[in-house]
Amino acid sequence: MSQYMLLVYEEEVEAAEQAEREKVTLALVELHRSLRDAGLLVGVRRLRSTESATSVRVRDGHTEIVDGPFAVTKERLAGYYVLECADLDEAIKQAERMPMADWATIEVRPVMPAAEWVNTARQAGVDVPDKAVEDLA
Amino acid sequence: MSSRAQPADPVAAAVAHAFRDERAIVLATLIRQAGDFQLAEDAVQDAFEAAVTQWRRDGIPANPGAWITTIARRRAIDRLRRNRSITDRAERLAELTRLGTDQEPSVDDESTIVDDRLRLIFTCCHPALDMSARVALTLRALGGLTTGEIARAFLVAEPTMGKRIVRAKRKIADAGIPYRVPADEELPDRLRGVLRVVYLIFNEGYAAAEGDSLVREELCDEAIRLGDLLCRLMPDDAEAWGLSALMLLHDARRAARVDAGGRYVALEAQDRSLWNQDRIRDGLAKLDRAVRLRRPGEYQLQAAITALQMQAPDEQSTDWAQIAELYGALVALNPSPVVELNRAVAVGLASGPEAGLEVLEPLLGEPGLERYQPLHAAHAELLSRAGDAAGAAGAYDRAIALTANAVERAELERRMGALG
Repeated sequence: MSQYMLLVYEEEVEAAEQAEREKVTLALVELHRSLRDAGLLVGVRRLRSTESATSVRVRDGHTEIVDGPFAVTKERLAGYYVLECADLDEAIKQAERMPMADWATIEVRPVMPAAEWVNTARQAGVDVPDKAVEDLA
Repeated sequence: MSSRAQPADPVAAAVAHAFRDERAIVLATLIRQAGDFQLAEDAVQDAFEAAVTQWRRDGIPANPGAWITTIARRRAIDRLRRNRSITDRAERLAELTRLGTDQEPSVDDESTIVDDRLRLIFTCCHPALDMSARVALTLRALGGLTTGEIARAFLVAEPTMGKRIVRAKRKIADAGIPYRVPADEELPDRLRGVLRVVYLIFNEGYAAAEGDSLVREELCDEAIRLGDLLCRLMPDDAEAWGLSALMLLHDARRAARVDAGGRYVALEAQDRSLWNQDRIRDGLAKLDRAVRLRRPGEYQLQAAITALQMQAPDEQSTDWAQIAELYGALVALNPSPVVELNRAVAVGLASGPEAGLEVLEPLLGEPGLERYQPLHAAHAELLSRAGDAAGAAGAYDRAIALTANAVERAELERRMGALG
C-alpha cells in the first residue's frame, strides 16, 4: 500500500452558489464513512476560505507575514502538515521553524472544525444529522 | 457620531462624551469576555443606541461608563443566544452571565483595563492583517471613528471601507488571531508594527494634500491620542515616546506649513508665531523621556532632528553638525538614500559645501534617485555655494525639469538666475 494525497482545488464562489455546493455534504458523509470502513482514509480536512489565509516565509533570518493566500507562480505544492495550535501566532511560529521557510512560502490555513462544517451545511438548508460530525472529518 | 460632534442637548453631549472616553475601554474588555470581535462591537453599538433613548427618559446615569458596560454585556448575551455559529457559545454565555450577576462594582481593576486595551491594539495591528485593514480597524476600535469618517479620510467609498473592516474582523475570528499581548520574544517586532500603523495614520493626515482637511486633522489628532495611549500603556518603550514626540513636533507646525493660498511652506520660511507652543512643550518633554530610557531608535532620532530644527531661531544658528550626526545614526539604523541625502544637506551646512558634496555625489549614481527632484536641487545648491556656477546650472536644469509644482519651479528658477 502506498499513500496518496488528493488535493481539492476549487474556485471560490458567491454565497448563493456556495450554499448550493454545500448540498454535497450528505454524500460526503457517506463517502468518508465508506473510505474509513475500507481502511483507506488517513485523514480528511476541510479548510476555511482563503480570506482567512496568512502566508509566512523567512528570508535572511527575517520572518515576513503577509495577509492572504500564497499566489501561485512557478512553485508547486510539496507537502503539508496539519498541526494542533492554540492560535494563529503559534501556527506562524511553527511555520517559521520549518527549514523550508528559508526558500518556500508556507500558507497557513485554518481547518474548519467538523461541527462548523455541519453548521455551514445546515445554514444552506441541508438536513445533516448530528452524527455526521464523526464521518465528515 | 464622534468626538467632533457638538450636540446641543445634555443627553447627546453625555453620550458623545461616553463614546469618546469609554467606548474603546468597554469594547476591549467585552471582546475578551465574549470572545468575538464583531459580536462585541455590535453589542457596544447597541448599548450606545440604547443610551440615547434611555438616558433621555430616565436621566443620565451617575457612571455612564458602568452603564454602557452593563448594557453592552447584556446585549452581547442576547446576541450570543441568537448566534449559533459561534463554536464555544456555551462557555462564553456562562462567563458573561456570571459576570452579569456579580455584585456590580463592574469596574475592572486598572491593570486589567490596561491589558485589555493592549490586547485590542495588538490584535488590530496583527501582521497577518492587510496594512490598510490594520489602519482602519485601529481607527475604528481604538480611535472611535465611524466607518464613514475613515472612508472619507482615506478617499474610498464607505461600502468599500465597510467591507474591508468586516473582512478583517472575520479573518481575526476564522484564522484565530489571538486576543492577547504577544509573548516577550515577539513583543519588540509586534510593537514596532503597532508604532508603524500609528505613524502611518498620522502621515496620512499630515502629508497628503488631497481630501477634506478637517478629516485629515482628525487623523493627526487620533494618531497623537493613540501615541499617548501607547506611552501610558508601555512606559518603558523608548520608541513609543519617540514616536509620540515626533508626531507632536510635526503637528505643532500644522498651521504654519500651508500659506493663505494653500501652498506648502518649507520649515525655514514658516511663520514661527503660528507654531503651537503647547504641542512643542509636550513633544520636547516626551522626547526627553524617551532619551532617558537610553534605547535609541528611528522615531527618537527623527524627533531629535525636528526638535533641533525647531528650537533654533533660524537656519544660520541651527546646530547642523549635531543634525548631521543624528542623520548618520538614522542611516546606520535603516539605510535609505533619502535619509543619506538629508545627511548630505546637513553636512553641507555644518562643514561647508565640499563636505556636503562628498556625501551627496555617490547618491547621483543611485538608480532609484535619478528622477528625485530634491537630490538635484540639493546638488545645485551645494555646487553653487562651492563656486561651481556651471555645474550648479546643470543641476538646477535637471531639478526644474522634474518639478511639477509651479511655486517650487519659480523658486528654483530664481536661484538659477542668481548664479554668478
